[in-house]
Amino acid sequence: MTKDEIRAAFLEELSRVAPDIDPATVGDDDHIQDDLELDSMDVLNLVAALHERLGVNIPERSYPEIATPALAVVYLDAALKSAAM
Amino acid sequence: MPSLGADMEAGTLVEWLIKPGDTVSRGDVVAVVETQKGAIEIEIFEEGKVHELSAEIGAKLPVGAALAVILKDGEAPPAPAKPAPPAPAEAEAVPEAAEEALTPPVAAPAPVAPAPVAPAPGPNAISPAARIRAHELGIDVSTLRGTGPGGVIVLADVDGSAQKPKAAPPKPASPMEEMRKAIAAAMTRSKQTIPHFYLSETIDVQPAIDFLETLNDGKPPAERVLLGAIFVKAAARAASKVKTMNGHFTDGAFAPSEVVNAGVAVALRGGGLVAPALMDAMSLDLAQTMAGMRDLVGRARAGRLRASEMTEGTITISSLGETGAEAMTGVIFPPQVALVGLGAPHVRPWVVDGAVVPRNVVTLTLSADHRVSDGRQAARFITEFETLMTMPEAL
Repeated sequence: MTKDEIRAAFLEELSRVAPDIDPATVGDDDHIQDDLELDSMDVLNLVAALHERLGVNIPERSYPEIATPALAVVYLDAALKSAAM
Repeated sequence: MPSLGADMEAGTLVEWLIKPGDTVSRGDVVAVVETQKGAIEIEIFEEGKVHELSAEIGAKLPVGAALAVILKDGEAPPAPAKPAPPAPAEAEAVPEAAEEALTPPVAAPAPVAPAPVAPAPGPNAISPAARIRAHELGIDVSTLRGTGPGGVIVLADVDGSAQKPKAAPPKPASPMEEMRKAIAAAMTRSKQTIPHFYLSETIDVQPAIDFLETLNDGKPPAERVLLGAIFVKAAARAASKVKTMNGHFTDGAFAPSEVVNAGVAVALRGGGLVAPALMDAMSLDLAQTMAGMRDLVGRARAGRLRASEMTEGTITISSLGETGAEAMTGVIFPPQVALVGLGAPHVRPWVVDGAVVPRNVVTLTLSADHRVSDGRQAARFITEFETLMTMPEAL
């Protein structure tokens, strides 16, 4: 999976969890809680959706590492690569 | 059209989920109605066969208007509705309880949906359709001149007025503005009619946080439990013990509720708030409570809450989540009589077993209705909640 594909998947799941967010308006450095106003239940739903879609099980302590699209792409890319090895 | 809140006057039918000939039973979701608080799924409280859908998609209907005719087993269909002579054809806007429309013609020969008797022509006599249109367009009917029989204001008079440039109607309010109006009405009524009083306590939630860390460790995300679910479960247990916090105050009297329907406040992005109820929260274990809350939040975001969830809450829990302010003093949702406000957890120096240690603490503020309870009951509620926080595994 390329980084662009990971980013697209992240934004798609984000907009599924929060249908009122237009993924086209989300910036790479937008914080999902501070800027996009996801609450803790939304974050859990996003993590669950990413687990289902990408097979990456993000533990609670790693939630800060997916706090923005830019951070999430780095984290998910590394997780997918280490799973493939 | 059911009332989905004390301040609701009308709703717009946006979707039918049944059709004539369908069999329905109590609790089935049959329609979607757009209200000031978003789209709400309407459940039915009858059993039988759908005879007729009386209301059309897009119709804005007052509370109490007939939406459909349901026939019980063996019941004869009512006589077809006759158009009432004086009123225009907006028969769907007629306030009439659905049950009345269900009565077989033998027992009640009245037509299904009689239009209201047209008011005697006078200076402000107006047809029902014209009144609805004027309301929608924000036109003051006293400024209109009627051209109908006897000077009655008819639809054409309203439309004619709306087309005049200087009487341009205000732009229809956005959904967000509508929600702000609904919140303003409910909260103003609450503050004007409910004599609130408040008790606060800062509670050590470290045992609950440690318990969840162990519980969630290694679990897939779909099975993880949040602190908010522990709060809702503990508040429901406390409410079941302190009856004066759980129920409705209506018509000048308090009716305690046997079940605890825990209203969960959900903040909507861009502003606004809904507090759908987790029905019979006492019957749910912690995992079911969490699943129920995830479902409620998801449907609140997608605009798919049910009418019963919007009206049958018996106490509300409003939690600020995992970051943010440390305390919140909330406004009770009428007709409920208590609201549990929970701040975000903060690490504070705390005395445990005679030593000062860093602990996660949460400040609970209980807003209660002084018509129903006093400080003693409120303090008891808080003590129950605090005790449960020391033994989260028992929840």
